[in-house]
Amino acid sequence: MTAVEDRPAVEAPAKEVGQARKRKEDARLITGRTTWTDNMVLPGMLHLAVVRSPVAHAKLGAIDVEAARSAPNVVAVFTGRDLAEEQGSIPCAWPVTPEMVNPGHPSVAVDEVNHVGEAVAVIVARSKAAAQDAVELVDVDYDPLPVVLDMEQALADGAALTHDHVASNESFRWIFDAGDAGTGQNTDEAFANADVVVRRRFVQQRLIPAFMEPRSTVVQPQGDNYTMWSSTQVPHILRIMLAMTTGVPEHKLRVIAPDVGGGFGGKLQVTPEEVITLLVAKRLGKPVKWTETRSESLMSGHHGRDQIQYVDIAADREGNVLGLKVHILADMGAYLRLVTPGVPILGAFMFPAIYKFPAYRFDCQGVFTNKTPTDAYRGAGRPEATFAIERIMDELAVELGMDPLELRRKNWIGAEEFPFTTVAGLEYDSGDYDEATRQALELLGYDELREEQRRRRESNDPVQLGIGFSTFTEMCGLAPSRVLGSLSYGAGGWEHASIRMLPTGKVEVVTGSTPHGQGHETAWSQLVADELGVPFEDVEVLHGDTAISPRGLDTYGSRSLVVGGAAVVNAAQKVVAKARTVAAHLLEASEEDLQFEGGTFSVRGTPGTGVSIQELALATFAAHNFPEGVEPSLDADATFDPVNFSFPHGTHVCAMEVDTQTGMVKIRKYACVDDVGKIVNPLIVEGQVHGGLAQGIAQALYEEAVYDVDGNLTTGTFVDYLVPSAADLPHFDTANTVHEAPGNPIGAKGVGEAGCIASTPAVVNAALDAVRHLGVSDILMPLTPERVWRALHHGGDGGDRATAGTNAYGGAQTETTAGVSTPESRLGGDR
Amino acid sequence: MTQISVRVDGASYTDDVEPRTLLVHYLREHLGKVGTVVGCDTSNCGACTVHLDGEAVKSCTVLAVQADGSEVTTIEGISGGDGAQDGSLHPMQKAFHEMHGLQCGYCTPGMIMASIDLVADNPDPSEHEVREGIEGNLCRCTGYQNIVRAVQQAAAEMRGSAPAAPDTLGAQA
Repeated sequence: MTAVEDRPAVEAPAKEVGQARKRKEDARLITGRTTWTDNMVLPGMLHLAVVRSPVAHAKLGAIDVEAARSAPNVVAVFTGRDLAEEQGSIPCAWPVTPEMVNPGHPSVAVDEVNHVGEAVAVIVARSKAAAQDAVELVDVDYDPLPVVLDMEQALADGAALTHDHVASNESFRWIFDAGDAGTGQNTDEAFANADVVVRRRFVQQRLIPAFMEPRSTVVQPQGDNYTMWSSTQVPHILRIMLAMTTGVPEHKLRVIAPDVGGGFGGKLQVTPEEVITLLVAKRLGKPVKWTETRSESLMSGHHGRDQIQYVDIAADREGNVLGLKVHILADMGAYLRLVTPGVPILGAFMFPAIYKFPAYRFDCQGVFTNKTPTDAYRGAGRPEATFAIERIMDELAVELGMDPLELRRKNWIGAEEFPFTTVAGLEYDSGDYDEATRQALELLGYDELREEQRRRRESNDPVQLGIGFSTFTEMCGLAPSRVLGSLSYGAGGWEHASIRMLPTGKVEVVTGSTPHGQGHETAWSQLVADELGVPFEDVEVLHGDTAISPRGLDTYGSRSLVVGGAAVVNAAQKVVAKARTVAAHLLEASEEDLQFEGGTFSVRGTPGTGVSIQELALATFAAHNFPEGVEPSLDADATFDPVNFSFPHGTHVCAMEVDTQTGMVKIRKYACVDDVGKIVNPLIVEGQVHGGLAQGIAQALYEEAVYDVDGNLTTGTFVDYLVPSAADLPHFDTANTVHEAPGNPIGAKGVGEAGCIASTPAVVNAALDAVRHLGVSDILMPLTPERVWRALHHGGDGGDRATAGTNAYGGAQTETTAGVSTPESRLGGDR
Repeated sequence: MTQISVRVDGASYTDDVEPRTLLVHYLREHLGKVGTVVGCDTSNCGACTVHLDGEAVKSCTVLAVQADGSEVTTIEGISGGDGAQDGSLHPMQKAFHEMHGLQCGYCTPGMIMASIDLVADNPDPSEHEVREGIEGNLCRCTGYQNIVRAVQQAAAEMRGSAPAAPDTLGAQA
């Protein structure tokens, strides 16, 4: 043991946190040495293909599987009736009210199908191709029932029912009234006393997460143990929920998320296919793989957004906001999945945004329709809220004849007012909205663009220019467990981490936060390198396997760094505390006299003494010379449960060109300044903002899941569901202000969802700013050229998208049948 | 079954395949070349892009039998070999790493293969030309900005006029 011998002075390594470290994850990803679930091949592995309903609502009659069962290389065929005893119901972990109606969600339909794409049978075969071939051979009798698609109609008296065993299409009604809660004044009085009231109806179209890696699941049975590899964001939640659903005991089930190709909330789920794969592997005692096609993914993986928002805002003549009333219809789709009902409720607290409303009332109805279930999609509830408030602020500014920024400035929380308790009862932690806005305007080149806008308007240029704002905040770091409990969520919001000091001085970090592209391995290494004073390269981050990382609540809601990273830092500090005891023993000094810097303990005022944390790790491994009564281990665990959310904020500004002759819109410039608290890795933060912007802009301009009158998804491939390409998106000018979050040891606020939450209203506000003087006050998203043109030339909001011209109906057609929507073609009638 | 002979990443293979087998399925399921991935079923996403006799193709739109007698290069064959260390990465791979041109990495093999072909055709592409040039490849994570930067940086290196790669991307504007 040479720990206390003289050593050459080692220069303390530079701080890692704040450095734009290139990612550790990249090496395997850029060389194709990846472990996507679908790459996996096991001896004797069988392949699944799912027979899916082509109708939106029907009683299931006879299902003839004989031809499929006797097809070459088919091993077995299962229907819902075969699995009914075992499959249970896909779990819903968020019963938002005690009265909430949950119709139950079989993984494979038993008596009734309730949306197109629902599983009705499963083929098991020697190869994927053989399984897929046999899908065509299953003959199902469907006895059609009325199809419920439109939420407003679904709630009307005498409406057809999505499920015949429920009393209405309403799943729940959830109300927050600030007056009743004691966090604000009476809303009705506020509106009665207002000079100005503006009422709008906004539509949050249905979106599809569209992660790039299609979902895939492999299950390997070993006796009564099962290992599942799945392309999931939530291996820990999946394990618990599968145990509760299928009766496979939790301790007999190991879930592994290997390399996962994006999620965006779309893989925050317990899917029917995961249940099916597990049950088939259990039945047959063989390894089984299921991998979806893109079309299956778009049709059967959960969707996002889909709200109708009735938003009322009250103000005085000077532009002081007095009250906000929000009534939402939230489309659940046909079933409740993991957090389906909770998504709009997450938004409930964000409608008042950064503004000092004295009164607020939120009323949400969850509505069943015969469509694919909705659930989390990047932002989950908060983009919807941000869109509504940032759009209605612009509408109020127009009504008052005020500059939209001036109206915002007049009402937002001042930098000196933090911490600030909002009318929704949230305590905002830190920030400076004015500073972010000033920087964003500068980044955009605001004054010149306003001048150009004036010139174009005066000259009646066919291409008009508009500028739109979104001064947003969001609640991140999901979540304080007690808050989740008060909202009836079925789990907590803590996160877990362990740190293991290896004898050679290397470090293993186990995190319960499971990445799928975010860069946890890199960022966590930076955190630990600083805390322990070890080289970045000496830290290995382990995750995504319930046998390796037994405790965790996974990745969603911009929580990984804020909650999971905080657990890592706390665990590292516990390691240092343990190491201090050992160091004091070896240095024959008292702990109080030791300082820890750059990975080395030394005695204050005694140069030349010192023992590094790596040396202590080896000394602990040997345990030959250890303090009396102290356990020979430096390893430590920590579980971090935040006491509050964190509140990133920012100002996003979009300059938009609108061609009034063609309806084509083009982002001229996009600038944003985000405050995400302390930045651990600027490279990763910038990347997250870029990706979020792309998705938020895509909601404004490109993406929409469109159903026809029969409940067919007509945007069921990447031909019709327009995930934007590089050519469809602008260059982004991004920057940050930094106001650290006081609620976690890192000071980080979360960045995963910011760009996606903020950007959508900035884009729509910009387009409207370009054409409002031409009589246009709203255009439905996405702002397709057709819609913009119709709003400009026929008035109105551009109308619903016709389905007739989509690929599902043979693609582009002649001018008499192409995608021109008429009243008759609403929801796709005229084909 | 039809017999085909294909060279893939420098090795020769002869196999019997069903005539309907797509090149991407041949690569993944017969040869274990799982670095090349499938992202869609309509040839929109480009995740499966490989080089067929030096040209980028979406390997989901090519039948394996069409590749008979051809040379295929996948993401696994463009660097210095198995277990390639940084030193032997293709300039495009290196640039994607340095410019943070990937997050989840699923589109990355196809994106890199398409970008190499783009730069072969246009050794000094503008931002606009890169955006147009890779529009057949979808990425859901990055918003493309850092991919564009990566392609331009790799193009510069491949032209032999590479500026030293910056250690950081500190300047965010």
